[in-house]
Amino acid sequence: MTPAGNSSDDKRPADESAAPVAGQPQEFAESAGTPVPGHVQHGMFGVSGSGDTSGFGGLVRKQVSPGSTERPYGGYYDEVVDKLAGVAPRDAVRRVVVDRGELTITVAKDRIADVCLLMRDDPALRFELCSSVSGVDYIDQADRLHVAYHLTSMTYRRRVRLEVATSVAEPQVPSVTAVYPTADWQERETYDMFGVVFTGHPALTRIEMPDDWEGFPQRKDYPLGGVPVEYKGAQIPPPDERRAYR
Amino acid sequence: MTTAPPGNTAPPESTGPPESTAPPESTAPATETTEGRVYTVTGGDWEDVLGDRDPISDERLVVNMGPQHPSTHGVLRLVLELEGETVTQARTVIGYLHTGIEKNTEYRNWTQGVTFVTRADYLANIFNEVGYCLAVEKLLGIEAPERATVIRVLMMELQRIASHLVWLATGGMEIGALTMMTMGFRDREHVLDIFEMVSGLRMNMAYIRPGGLSQDLPPGAVEKIEEFLAYQRTRVDEYERLLTGQPIWQRRLQNVAHLDVPGCIALGVTGPVLRSAGLPWDLRKVEPYCGYSDYDFEVVTATTGDAWARYTVRVQEIRESLRIVEQALDKLEPGSIMVADRKIAWPAQLSLGADGLGNSLDHVRTIMGQSMESLIHHFKLVTEGFRVPVGQVYVPIESPRGELGFHVVSDGGTRPYRVHLRDPSFVNLQAVGALCEGGLLADAIAAVASLDPVMGGVDR
Repeated sequence: MTPAGNSSDDKRPADESAAPVAGQPQEFAESAGTPVPGHVQHGMFGVSGSGDTSGFGGLVRKQVSPGSTERPYGGYYDEVVDKLAGVAPRDAVRRVVVDRGELTITVAKDRIADVCLLMRDDPALRFELCSSVSGVDYIDQADRLHVAYHLTSMTYRRRVRLEVATSVAEPQVPSVTAVYPTADWQERETYDMFGVVFTGHPALTRIEMPDDWEGFPQRKDYPLGGVPVEYKGAQIPPPDERRAYR
Repeated sequence: MTTAPPGNTAPPESTGPPESTAPPESTAPATETTEGRVYTVTGGDWEDVLGDRDPISDERLVVNMGPQHPSTHGVLRLVLELEGETVTQARTVIGYLHTGIEKNTEYRNWTQGVTFVTRADYLANIFNEVGYCLAVEKLLGIEAPERATVIRVLMMELQRIASHLVWLATGGMEIGALTMMTMGFRDREHVLDIFEMVSGLRMNMAYIRPGGLSQDLPPGAVEKIEEFLAYQRTRVDEYERLLTGQPIWQRRLQNVAHLDVPGCIALGVTGPVLRSAGLPWDLRKVEPYCGYSDYDFEVVTATTGDAWARYTVRVQEIRESLRIVEQALDKLEPGSIMVADRKIAWPAQLSLGADGLGNSLDHVRTIMGQSMESLIHHFKLVTEGFRVPVGQVYVPIESPRGELGFHVVSDGGTRPYRVHLRDPSFVNLQAVGALCEGGLLADAIAAVASLDPVMGGVDR
């Protein structure tokens, strides 16, 4: 979706027969941000709100996150990515990450329903079952709301995670309920908890929270809530206000 | 409503003129009909559900079942549209047991997460714990020791037996087999006794930890489990003698609530419901975890895809689980139950005291009295926890109700960044419409029961 993404599109092979060779730099357009942003730890123990007496108070440590993976991905991952890149629209696949034995394909959000249809129906892909749809809020990213679709191929016994990213200002993502009817409630839950609006969903209403609830509880800027409790004369603050080592 | 129940205020003879005095303001709204005055007792959104239709003249009734109803396995609400006895539309309303488990795990450290997720599907606690711990272990890149894995399998299969027994008990109760209810809960209690002996708690045990287990099997546990196996084998035969040949049981379940394999897959339905339609899809076989490939057991299937098939599959699965438990007992060998990495392994050596679970006094004496470093280490690990490398994983396991998936994201900190439970009850409940619509109202009870939804898992 980014201009940088469009300009690097021409690096992709136009023809699916031009199969990438091992070692060749991955050819997909990168969108902004990293797949799973790492957390920055300040001080020796990551505490906040009280002094760090360890002498390492100025220490800043950035957790390294796995970036895009380069070919060969190994296992069935190359085959799945090649087949998908062969049949999917040119700008659909944004990034491929293989981490901890799991394949994550980041998809342009406008294309997710098309990609799911291809993933389900292509004889070489056959991801018949949509196991799970869930959201993640990466609050520091521009496109902070991510939706992860976990697809299962019962024919080939493979799993793949598709991921799309969208922003709070434009939370619209095409619904995949027409492809996977099971996504119905799972998209409703993602809307309920994260405020991702799935366009084309037959009845996108809240599912866990009351209908008149305000806010989206699983967003990272939504407070946990809770009240202090008294225990043996001492006040124990609610969980999100307790001293924490982050 | 206290002033005038409709039956008492109906005029004795229908030919008499309608009462002209207006009812007191405290009574429900009333309409005059040829049969006398009819009171409309409303609650909540009932007006919206009914719209402006007159249920009498339309011959179309909207019946609200739940959220408090004995036949809905908990706080499940069904809104059924009826034409006569036939269900024309079944809508499912959930959310009455939403407790924010997923959000809460983001404010506790990785080990404490177990205590939250175990409460999701409260009839399959061990599965929640194992799924979560396998996900954390995958993020950490570690594997639990052999003995811990065998005990996990042991506990999971005992839990599967207990869960299926509750299904038999409550499902039987819902369609009138009250003897099955007493038998199912009686025998489940034996499983819970084993859990109490092993972990200190009957339910919500928090027994599995990232990296292994909270404690080893206590002395006498293996003998107790062996005793249970011998007992339970005869009991499964007893259930089948009681139910399988019984005409009422057959007529309530056979040819009721059909769902075929394409229907299951489209709706995401997994577990015994999918297997009862004929597809031998069991994650223990197709994507083995916890060493399930080393156990000899069958994936039970049926072909008819109705509520009866789900009954036969679940009863047979109890037998297969008994086989797995027996093999797991044979595989038990002395060894560690926690990973050797002391930066992950919770240092507490737990022991069972008179009041349940507690810290071993010997261990407390050692860390307090002998080793300053060990005390510091204990304090650091308990207060700060351990850090998990950045990344995300999805770990599916076969729970008694189907694919239980854990999508766990770490940002490299001491707490989970996001934990999502793909709970099979939640996904399977979407099939209620497909199972109930077009059938009889009484069959809707059997249909929902055959899905075996557990609302703790549905709402989380």
